[in-house]
Amino acid sequence: MMELIQQIVDGLGRGSIYALLALGIAVIFGVMHLVNFAHGELITVSAYTSYWLLTSGFDWWLVTLAIILVAALTSVVIEFVAFRWVRGAPDFTMLMTSFGVHFLVQALFVMYVSANFRQFSRPDWIFDTWKIGAISLEIYDLAVIATTLITLLCTYWLLQHTMFGISLRAAAEDFDAARLMGIRSNRVIRGAFFLSGLLAGVAAVFWLMRSGQAGPIAGLNPMLKGVLAALIGGLGSLSGAVLGGFVLGLVEVLLIARLPTEIVGLTDGIVFVLIALLFVFRPQGLITVQHVERV
Amino acid sequence: MVDEILNVENLNTRYGSIRAIRRVGLTVKAGEIVCLIGPNGAGKTTLLATVAGLLNPVLGRVVFNAKDITGWSPDRVLRSGLSLVPEHRRIFGNFTVRENLLVGGVTQSPEHRENLLDEMLTLFPVLKEKLSTPAGYLSGGEAQQLAIGRALMSNPNMLLMDEPSLGLAPVLVDVVFDLILKLRDTGRTLLVVEQNAQRILDVADRAYVMRSGKIVVEGAASELAGREDLFDTYLGGSGVAA
Repeated sequence: MMELIQQIVDGLGRGSIYALLALGIAVIFGVMHLVNFAHGELITVSAYTSYWLLTSGFDWWLVTLAIILVAALTSVVIEFVAFRWVRGAPDFTMLMTSFGVHFLVQALFVMYVSANFRQFSRPDWIFDTWKIGAISLEIYDLAVIATTLITLLCTYWLLQHTMFGISLRAAAEDFDAARLMGIRSNRVIRGAFFLSGLLAGVAAVFWLMRSGQAGPIAGLNPMLKGVLAALIGGLGSLSGAVLGGFVLGLVEVLLIARLPTEIVGLTDGIVFVLIALLFVFRPQGLITVQHVERV
Repeated sequence: MVDEILNVENLNTRYGSIRAIRRVGLTVKAGEIVCLIGPNGAGKTTLLATVAGLLNPVLGRVVFNAKDITGWSPDRVLRSGLSLVPEHRRIFGNFTVRENLLVGGVTQSPEHRENLLDEMLTLFPVLKEKLSTPAGYLSGGEAQQLAIGRALMSNPNMLLMDEPSLGLAPVLVDVVFDLILKLRDTGRTLLVVEQNAQRILDVADRAYVMRSGKIVVEGAASELAGREDLFDTYLGGSGVAA
């Protein structure tokens, strides 16, 4: 039982990061109908930012702020440089554009920095544990879960109680109707990318604290997990994306903990099979989106 | 003319390879109710969408309040004082009634938005009782009132209305036409596309009849209302376009 509680906390910690990434992907999908495969590049750029700042002697508190800011700004720059020009194009064109950005950023780091991963120091406290009776909880997991919950609450408040949030949700529900109300498409899309970048930045802080390395493909794995979580939850549903993230994290941890050692390497494969089964029975994902949500 | 608030000149708009409206011209004077009638597919909705900025014309001009607004984005058109109540209302079904109204006032300052919200709730008492209700649960008549209220939240000089009585029960159609008159009494100018030709001709000042993307007849509404040939030739005989 104690072991299960520990695994659940571990799964929620991992799922928190997925939830933040998935939520960012769902926000963009809501306003542009774009599955943004360039979302991982925010982690890649954040990883190199961390590497450069940490090797220059800055401490993690400052690096944390820098990561969040850099991810948000990078997201806005990507929208301005790439997605603005294909806005209104068929979904497939936007999808290809996101792949283009993904590979371009990767190639730029390979060409001008290095193809190899670079290590940087991780904060010491992430390995500390907190013992409650027989349960030993990682401080890192608790910090991730608490930060994610605070971030999700702030995001919820922003979306529900500010004119920016209401405009963003209106644009996601019916973009043309939102424009007819006077909502500026540039502003709302830029805002969506900024918010998505902020969420990715918070996720990147914890992802990079754990991985402690920067490389051209540092963002690939988190991007895939974020997209998967958004799909599991029901693409276009913000609450579904969060739910999908937690479900994915929990399933991964429980599989790793319970699969026999000799097949634990198949965890990702089994996760994909489970997702395929989910889509057989619920093609719309865990949460059904009532409206076509696009810009 | 000085009192012309909207002037559409030689407007041509395409949907892909189809020319949906051709060489359309019309004028609306301040304080008027002008209606646009015609059979389905005549191009009425396309014309309103072009004026509101949702579609770009390939040729022609739209002048509103002495400003050339041709090709302006919908949000810019709205900020210039021209608001569209779209066909099928297109209210935000997942939003509460209050949120729908607030979205309509997104261009206003917070204080003015609250004042306008109070005004709308006075104008549409039925909405006051349902402020926290998701708009997707409203009846057709309530939803239409919400769509009009939402458009009025931008405090426009002129309202474009696309099929305001579409899909409503007869008793609710009366409510909508009463509302159109009430809006005119508050000094607003209206250009209304309406399938119920007989009813709109009763309340409008002037009318344009469209067919196959062109304006084929225009004149005083009272005069056109008495022309049997108009209904036989262009509106399928009943006065309600099929």
